[in-house]
Amino acid sequence: MGMTITEKILAAHVGRDRVRPGDIINAKVDVVLGNDVTAPVAIKEFEKLGAEGVFDKERIVLVPDHFTPNKDIKAAEQSKIVREFARKYGIVNYFEVGRMGIEHCLLPEAGLVLPGDLIIGADSHTCTYGAVGAFATGVGSTDMAAAMALGEAWFKVPETIKFIYKGKLNPWVTGKDLILYTIGDIGVSGALYKSMEFTGDVIKNLSMDARFTMANMAIEAGGKNGIFEPDEVCLEYVNRRAQRGFAIYSSDKNADYAQVIEYDVSNIEPQVAFPHLPENTRPISDVGEVKIDQAVIGSCTNGRIEDLRVAAEVLKGKTIHKNVRLIILPGTQEILLQAIREGLVEIFIRAGAAVSTPTCGPCLGGHMGILANGERAISTTNRNFVGRMGHPGSEVYLANPAVAAASAVRGRICSPEEVM
Amino acid sequence: MSYKGKAWKFGKNIDTDAIIPARYLNTSDPGELGKHCMEDADPQFVEKMSTGDIIVGGDNFGCGSSREHAPIAIKAAGISSVIAASFARIFYRNAINIGLPIFESAEAAKAIEEGDEIEIEPSKGIIRNLTKGETYNASPFPEFMQSIMSAGGLISYVKEQVEQRRN
Ligand code: SF4
Repeated sequence: MGMTITEKILAAHVGRDRVRPGDIINAKVDVVLGNDVTAPVAIKEFEKLGAEGVFDKERIVLVPDHFTPNKDIKAAEQSKIVREFARKYGIVNYFEVGRMGIEHCLLPEAGLVLPGDLIIGADSHTCTYGAVGAFATGVGSTDMAAAMALGEAWFKVPETIKFIYKGKLNPWVTGKDLILYTIGDIGVSGALYKSMEFTGDVIKNLSMDARFTMANMAIEAGGKNGIFEPDEVCLEYVNRRAQRGFAIYSSDKNADYAQVIEYDVSNIEPQVAFPHLPENTRPISDVGEVKIDQAVIGSCTNGRIEDLRVAAEVLKGKTIHKNVRLIILPGTQEILLQAIREGLVEIFIRAGAAVSTPTCGPCLGGHMGILANGERAISTTNRNFVGRMGHPGSEVYLANPAVAAASAVRGRICSPEEVM
Repeated sequence: MSYKGKAWKFGKNIDTDAIIPARYLNTSDPGELGKHCMEDADPQFVEKMSTGDIIVGGDNFGCGSSREHAPIAIKAAGISSVIAASFARIFYRNAINIGLPIFESAEAAKAIEEGDEIEIEPSKGIIRNLTKGETYNASPFPEFMQSIMSAGGLISYVKEQVEQRRN
């Protein structure tokens, strides 16, 4: 029996020829990530270990992005713990405000996560890096602390579900719609404890930005990781950025899958996930009359340059509805700069949008656009749980950037076709 | 050693934003986090519950964020253990790593009603419903996880490793 790409990466990191689903392994990690919410807890635990230093100064990445630039005194104190730890242990990849971005946009862009890597991050959307053909998964702060000391973490080898996407994409359908559709189909625990492997002709033609969006939301189906085999599109992306060697793995033809699910994408319209779970998806034509107070374009799901380009295409020469606040959060400083160069920021501001420095901001109800009781937002983020963007009585609808931009213009959730 | 308390029932897919809303994540102080435990699922929860009580959830308990603040908030509020039909995987590993006892049992999650008196024998994985006079079984933990838990959580386990490597 062959192995899946996930099993091969895990086996390589325990120095074995093979691992099987269900095996419990202690594997070497290539990258350990933390942010301003999770790293302070990890640092407190790390200090209890009595380790003389971290396992590798270059392989720990610290990105204060959730409540930064610091939203209040408590947040400032959290950031300070991270900053002081980075200085004390000489952490090379500490990203200060002004040189930062949302962690899951930043790490691939900076070439810090590469094919064949085993990456853990104290953030559930660490699974994003599966887009470059790495095994990447979210863990807790205690796991992060242990890995900072030992360079290792324990895992149960997951079973894999293979997803095959075939057919021709409809207009305005993006990676976001494919993953929302998939979550709508299998449910928020449909891939619980499992690996999600994304394959098929449609995937081969997807951009890296679209793949990041898909891998990002694997956790929203309960998945342990989401992964794409590295291909030319991927190598073109990583070769420009990598500063160290990497390894390319792919699944064997006779690999064993827990399930194989095939979709004909020509049946898929732009998707909207209704409150309060990402699985509550509906095609845009079935949305009905849903008025909105706010639209958010950004986050580790859809804050990349391609997302901003699509939003600008929809918003160009238009004005945002008078009852709507549109907030746009580019994922990193590099993306923001590129958006300025391409004239996208000017389009946004002329349309009446607020453009922010990179931050997680309203995605987790942190700052920069919190919802009041009874308010409703359409958002390109990844979660629409109760209270996710503010008051527990507010509502979040998830969609792709084109749908969010069009809805901001109309004042209600609508297809981009309505405004073009 | 056993856990005994009143059951508080929650539905399926209880997410980490309901367990500890992100608006409180600007601190990592367990005492502060405990005050807001389950707030967005039940705003009065912390006032109603007593120390030692047990949370009973449906499928996919703890889905969403990786925030360890979620099991920390539950533990700091004084909840002795959590029973669920299934747990989201990061919550599952976090609970083991910080030493919050959790028990996976679809049978118990279904049968237990709010207010039932529950007693759990962790070593045998037995859950007793004293109100109804019923007994349910929880799935046993793999050996490796048991060794983490018996070391008192991952940090104590890793501490031993750090010391060994030094020698
Ligand atoms: S953008 Fe949202 S989902 Fe992504 S890391 Fe930040 S808070 Fe988490």
